[in-house]
Amino acid sequence: MRRDRLTFAMMIGIPIIQLTLFGFAINSDPKHLPLAVRAAENSVFSRSVTQALINSDYFELVEVTESEAQAEELLTRGDVQFVLDIPPGFSRELMRGENPELLLEVDASDPAATSNALAAIQNLLSDPLPHDLKGPLAALRPTRPPFQIVFHRRYNPEGITQYNIVPGLMGVILTMTMIMMTALAVTRENERGTMENLLAMPVRPLEVMLGKIVPFILIGYIQVAVILLAARWVFEVPMLGSLWLLLLCVFVFIVANLTMGITFSSVARNQTQAMQMSFFVFLPSILLSGFMFPFRGMPGWAQVLGELLPLTHFLRLVRGILLKGHNLTQVWGNLWPLLVFTFLILLIGLMRYRRTLD
Amino acid sequence: MSEAVIQVKELSKHFGSKTAVNKVSLTVNQGDIFGFLGPNGSGKTTTIRLLCGLLTPDHGEGHCLGYDIRTQATQIKREVGYMTQRFSFYEDLTIRENLEFVARIYAMRRLKTAVTKAIENLGLTHRQHQLAGALSGGWKQRLALAACMLHRPRLLLLDEPTAGVDPQARRDFWDEIHALASSGVTVLVSTHYMDEAERCNRLAYISHGDLMAAGTPQELIDISGLVTWTLEGPNIHELARELRQSPAAQQVVPFGNSLHVSGTDSVALARVLDPFRHNPDYRFQEAKPSLEDVFIDLTSRSVDTR
Repeated sequence: MRRDRLTFAMMIGIPIIQLTLFGFAINSDPKHLPLAVRAAENSVFSRSVTQALINSDYFELVEVTESEAQAEELLTRGDVQFVLDIPPGFSRELMRGENPELLLEVDASDPAATSNALAAIQNLLSDPLPHDLKGPLAALRPTRPPFQIVFHRRYNPEGITQYNIVPGLMGVILTMTMIMMTALAVTRENERGTMENLLAMPVRPLEVMLGKIVPFILIGYIQVAVILLAARWVFEVPMLGSLWLLLLCVFVFIVANLTMGITFSSVARNQTQAMQMSFFVFLPSILLSGFMFPFRGMPGWAQVLGELLPLTHFLRLVRGILLKGHNLTQVWGNLWPLLVFTFLILLIGLMRYRRTLD
Repeated sequence: MSEAVIQVKELSKHFGSKTAVNKVSLTVNQGDIFGFLGPNGSGKTTTIRLLCGLLTPDHGEGHCLGYDIRTQATQIKREVGYMTQRFSFYEDLTIRENLEFVARIYAMRRLKTAVTKAIENLGLTHRQHQLAGALSGGWKQRLALAACMLHRPRLLLLDEPTAGVDPQARRDFWDEIHALASSGVTVLVSTHYMDEAERCNRLAYISHGDLMAAGTPQELIDISGLVTWTLEGPNIHELARELRQSPAAQQVVPFGNSLHVSGTDSVALARVLDPFRHNPDYRFQEAKPSLEDVFIDLTSRSVDTR
């Protein structure tokens, strides 16, 4: 145990990581979800409705806009989870007792993230305007809600969990296999003694790294093909965006994972260590990326950690392209972090690559 | 005077607080079969790795094939064949695939022909599609040698190439080394088999990282100043125990029915042996000290100075 510090670190570290992640970071009841209000009118009532939503703790107002296009863009990009649409003449219809409707557009691509918030709205409606309906309007108060909120579940109207999980699974599977396979590839050479021979021959570090990466890119694409076929024909996941754009994003993601694997293997001394290091990435990747639990449900520090993981960005890319039909400009916000990540990790890997046996 | 292929001065390498190689200076000439000897852990492998650029020396400088070993490791790698102590080719590739892989790394032209020829020379044509892992120890070594020679290097560095190989395979292996040397390739080979040391034309002996001696086998024997007597007679084991008490008999080694007694001080040694000379049961003969006697003497000396 004394001689194998990484195993020791695993034994202590895994429980601590699990405790921290499950204990503090994971929250299946996400609150403070970002909300945009597209207000066609600005009245006491519209402000009160908004305030009531915020007071429920489930919503946080991030944007008030009058433009329908901007509201749409915010929702598509995933900058907000909800858009509350206050139609023109809302307060007039309300005062007339015409029981007007408000439209709440919901990004329902992850049903788990929004279900509690939607349930909370139902409670609000029972007595939403206690302070505003007074005097001559008091008669409107008790009997039935003075207005309706209509939910428009976008991207996944039926709330089918598979639509969210199956594309995400692509990222998880790639993370697991790509990191592990490459992490083992170089350490295996070290362990079998073939590395000494390779070093004695005139090959450059970049050549060795590329030689290790390229075959796995193909393997990664085979995995993606299997998952996409299953998503299409077995789970019937909608595929709105461009397949070519998806394959491009997959490429960047595969390379990001492969460089991470290679870098692990140039740091690890044997295959066991390489496996252990891979595990230290899997665990937070699965828990913090938004694959299993809603990303917005996590506290700020966990979201920051999550943003550092390639899987987090890939999940947004693949869900965005398949479910929301994102185009290149819309995916860019999650594509460049992957590129930066790959570049930095590759740099570390090249610096750590042992050109000699020192 | 032929051209020096390897010339290094005061090479040192430390691993942590341990000195693996301590100020080693070596010269190896073109066409030499240079035997590099020493006990386990004496720094043979480290020195060889320093020579081919796998390790960078902490101190010292030198040239290998005219390239600086500190700065021109890449050029050295291109012209040196290095055979590792452990079999370091891919056991899950076939013989042919391994050789083709090596040939591709050296960017050789007419790769297939070169590989086919190498396999023919090995006599493995009918087994070329077998996995390298399935080969016996002796064949693995010959495959490794063939792979090192594929790109026609001017210098071969062989690190204990015959460890754990049967005598017939060792003899075949050495015949190949001699054939290569006669074609102009310089060979530096490390070993701890004494019969192999005798097949080299120059030798260096390293112990605990220190270069103890270097020269032709005869020179080494002469320099050592060792005198060896062989005794034959009854009860040699008891006699050995008795002789070991005396400091002048530095080595007392039984060989079958005879006893080899060696020492550097011939006068003192003669005095020790005198009492037995008058015993008619024993037969005395002054012998030429063997390389093994010389090396064991060198090893014990390096331990003393530490």
